[in-house]
Amino acid sequence: MFEATAQNRSNRKVEGLFRLLFLWMTCMLILPVALILGVLVYRGGPAISWEFLFTQPLDNMTAGGILPALVGTVWLVVVALIASVPVGVAAALYLSEYAPDNRLTRAINLAIINLAGVPSIVHALFGLGAFVIFFRFGTSILAASLTLAVMTLPVVIVATRESLQTVPLAFREACWNMGATRWQTIRKIVLPNAISGILTGVILEVSRTSGETAPIMFTGAAAFIPFLPQGVLDQTMAMSLHLFVISTQVPDVPEHMPFGVALVLISMVLAMNGLSIAFRVYLRGRKKW
Amino acid sequence: MSLPVQVGETADYAIEVEDLAIGYHGKPALTGVTLQVPTHEIFGIIGPANSGKTSFLRAINRMDLMTAGMEVSGSVRVEGRDVRSWRNPYALRQRIGVVFPLPVGLPLTIYDNVALSSRLRGTRKKADLDVIVERCLRRAALWDEVKDRLDSLGSLLSGGQQQRLTIARALSQDPSILLLDEFSIAVDPVTTMRIEEVLAELKSEMTIVLVTNLVQQARRLASRTAFFLTGELVEVTETETMFEGGAQDPRTTAYVEGKFG
Repeated sequence: MFEATAQNRSNRKVEGLFRLLFLWMTCMLILPVALILGVLVYRGGPAISWEFLFTQPLDNMTAGGILPALVGTVWLVVVALIASVPVGVAAALYLSEYAPDNRLTRAINLAIINLAGVPSIVHALFGLGAFVIFFRFGTSILAASLTLAVMTLPVVIVATRESLQTVPLAFREACWNMGATRWQTIRKIVLPNAISGILTGVILEVSRTSGETAPIMFTGAAAFIPFLPQGVLDQTMAMSLHLFVISTQVPDVPEHMPFGVALVLISMVLAMNGLSIAFRVYLRGRKKW
Repeated sequence: MSLPVQVGETADYAIEVEDLAIGYHGKPALTGVTLQVPTHEIFGIIGPANSGKTSFLRAINRMDLMTAGMEVSGSVRVEGRDVRSWRNPYALRQRIGVVFPLPVGLPLTIYDNVALSSRLRGTRKKADLDVIVERCLRRAALWDEVKDRLDSLGSLLSGGQQQRLTIARALSQDPSILLLDEFSIAVDPVTTMRIEEVLAELKSEMTIVLVTNLVQQARRLASRTAFFLTGELVEVTETETMFEGGAQDPRTTAYVEGKFG
């Protein structure tokens, strides 16, 4: 009665093949990530200790800890966030809630996406010219963080705009029809429902910012400074640059040290990403419509 | 010099529309509409999909300002005053309550949904808000069902309850005009009847424009009914006359008798 035709059988065979192909590709994707993590834990793990995390580097960075680099990275990320989040969120609000849908808006959106594609070394040179030299901030945390902020602004804008657009238009229309202004609608309805998505974007920005090397090399990070930064106009060490320096510029560094630095850096990023996933799960659990 | 005041004429009509045309991105959606809606009356608008009914409502409370590409020409007067002469369209919209086809419970608590409009206007006192929320929920025939859970989310109520919530929210604006756009599309028949009873009571306090896809609903509620067809106003007639076969245009008779649409 229900005989499979030749076409049915062939469809089924093709289905199986594609499934296998996609599965294989996914495994190929996981493999390098797992390898990197495995090697880092295996070779860098022994380097990690209380002392490694919380003391100064010694003997031309061949011994001791990474405290100034760790603190420096936190400074750089925090100042970059302070600079980029308000601007990015405001720009996204304008583009998503206020701007008319015309050629200019589309051009601005395109420019933002292009900005995300600019190589980080180009941002570095821009930061050097603009913040270090033109604004006379010197090589400092301020100059480096502003460079990072400019570089990650597109990430914040795009993430914010996307989370704003997950709030249904019907909610806005309902508010507008009650006589609410656009700003009242944003404050009462749109932002409260988009905030978790915006935070997710911010955390992704943090994880990206903390690993960048090129933009801070010319603008504020130094290879070796034996004390912690006291303010935004100081130079600082940073994890990413520290890793670069002890891997390539300093002779006789014990092998476990660069792996240890890399492990700490990647742990920071993973912790941040974990946090952002937790936010998203929380958001889904609290979904209000 | 004082302008000539036509008290006698303007006060009788809540909405006067003259030669109204609406288009989107240059494509006409509604043309040449002239009609008057008397105060304290339920005014029905019927017509098949894409006849311009919703666009008509949007022109009354100046939603064209919030809609990209929507163009309005002709004149719309609300309580005798051209809507385009309101320098503050937000004040105009506060006087006009709107209910949508699909119930839009905002992602706030039931209480906050109904208190929102008052809060937007600057009412902060809890005691005042409590009074407004209870009064509006009662009038929308929802109070008894939700009085014990005012802190739960309005967007999670059932469709029929959400629609009554949006009516309560619209009433909280203390509107002089209520625009209903096919409110019963997502509502069960029993709730529809309850809302219809509410509307019949509200008539004494406000003017109601009822756009509906159910011709019998217009017959039950509206004193006069307009028939819109493919972007044109075919006619405005006393509802009873229209349904008793006295329509001026044969297309109207055909539509109300269910022969097309």
